[in-house]
Amino acid sequence: MERKVVYPQKVLPYLLLAPQIAITLVFFFWPAGQAIWMSTLLQDPLGFSVQFVGLENFEAVLKDTAYVATLQRTFLFSFGVTALAMIPALLLAVMVDRVVRGATAYRTVLVVPYAIAPAVAGALWLFLFQPSIGTIAYPLRLLGIDWNPRIDGTDAMIVVVIASAWKQIGYNFLFFLAGLQSIPKSLLEAAAIDGASEVRRFWTIVFPLLSPTTFFLLVINITYAFFDTFGVIHAVTQGGPGKSTEVLIYKAWYDGLIAQDLGRSSAQAVILMIIVIGLTVIQFRYVERRVHY
Amino acid sequence: MTSPVLPALKSSRRDLIPHLVIAIGIAITAFPLWVAFVASTLSNPEIAQAPMPLLPGDRAIDNYGEALMQGGRSGRILTPPVWEMMLNSTVMALTIALGKIVISILSAYAVVFFRFPFRMAFFWMIFITLMLPVEVRIVPTIQVITNLNLMNTYAGLTIPLIASATATLLFRQFFMTIPDELVEAAKIDGAGPLKFFRDMVLPLSVTNIAALFVILFLYGWNQYLWPLLIGTDARMQTIVIGMSKMIDSAGGPTDWNMVMATAMLALLPPVLVVVLMQRWFVKGLVETEK
Repeated sequence: MERKVVYPQKVLPYLLLAPQIAITLVFFFWPAGQAIWMSTLLQDPLGFSVQFVGLENFEAVLKDTAYVATLQRTFLFSFGVTALAMIPALLLAVMVDRVVRGATAYRTVLVVPYAIAPAVAGALWLFLFQPSIGTIAYPLRLLGIDWNPRIDGTDAMIVVVIASAWKQIGYNFLFFLAGLQSIPKSLLEAAAIDGASEVRRFWTIVFPLLSPTTFFLLVINITYAFFDTFGVIHAVTQGGPGKSTEVLIYKAWYDGLIAQDLGRSSAQAVILMIIVIGLTVIQFRYVERRVHY
Repeated sequence: MTSPVLPALKSSRRDLIPHLVIAIGIAITAFPLWVAFVASTLSNPEIAQAPMPLLPGDRAIDNYGEALMQGGRSGRILTPPVWEMMLNSTVMALTIALGKIVISILSAYAVVFFRFPFRMAFFWMIFITLMLPVEVRIVPTIQVITNLNLMNTYAGLTIPLIASATATLLFRQFFMTIPDELVEAAKIDGAGPLKFFRDMVLPLSVTNIAALFVILFLYGWNQYLWPLLIGTDARMQTIVIGMSKMIDSAGGPTDWNMVMATAMLALLPPVLVVVLMQRWFVKGLVETEK
């Protein structure tokens, strides 16, 4: 789409674009180029000499069992967060769609966690799950469950998954509700007259019509779990105990800045870049433009 | 409406299960916030007695006063007073939100209302930044910041985050819908591009700007990795980073009442912005994800 009527000035548009382009070049393109270039270099441990090694860093990273374990852990984490953030959101949206009054008030409360920083959300849940004092950990102990996210990797994973999902439920709820409200009521009434039960109406009419929304949210939630949960993990578990909550983004940060392994960390950064590009392309090409409020 | 009573009764019974499910959902959503608030009004010994009380104590003023004025402690690390960190967060969030809006509306205006060489190349350059989040270019970006002497400065904390593909795309999309007749009329009246921008485009964009502001304020206030990398000096710490540093990750003693008071103060501004500007927030969410 192009405008037909435009202004003839030749210099002004460049001036208008200058600030954005300057920031983009200095802080995006230059560092991204550096990351790609560094991913092909091997630095000796003392930093005296640098050698071009082509794709060897990538080979080393992908063959590294620790990296593969982190990759699997990231998938598990993302799956947990996505499922736990989307299923309750859909259930709540279906319920709110059915009640006549109070939808706006419910929306207000449910969306509050979305405004909270990931690290803060992590701290709130860590506090609830503190072994000796936590309000949720205490009844768990009474039930005889030996709960300690400081020592047990699975417990730690549960805490970071819950904290990350809790933050995202309100967002999913908003989009599911909008999707539900755009389904023509006449369709559901016709099915009801034909004798379809409520459950059947949901699975044969509502759920298929929601699928564009669901697919869109799937992409958004996976992106969120991959890239926006660094704060939760850094604040709550620091990737531990051991490496049991270390996800890809955390490992890239750790290897680059703490372990100072530039070549391998850059190779990881490039792999992450490829994942972001993939998710962005899917989002823009295959996700249907959605409902309007 | 012949019989208003009967349908109302019927619908209220039908609504029972939904209301119940919603009530549970809201309870789960609000529970961590309530417990955090309660903990922020208790003393540490009161928190340590399991189970912790679930009704507020009487130390709210003491705890918040201490957090705001003196800061918290984790092991031997002292964090700066919370009011200082809130100031840093405020400067960061406002600069990022307003900066993104200003440079994005200008670039969108250039791309939509002018024809010039490399116009689409510039547009794609901005678009591609969507695919290069901070998280995937950590090490080289820090080198750039160090070379420019921007470590531990407000400029370093904010400028690199100000480029915005999302905001540019949103404004571009909106500018496309401005009718050609309007531009034509402005030209006939002798309005140059800057006057047209100031008197027509800007006023028309107000709701889009408000919607973006809410989303971008949250984005700026809730940043984690970037201030962790750039604000290494305690003076430049944001409240979110400061709060997380008060938690002793080694498992040592943590002043939970201080952590929770700080957490409440860290979540209050973005939550207020979302609740008070809810209409624009929802619009912003829907528009920016297109």
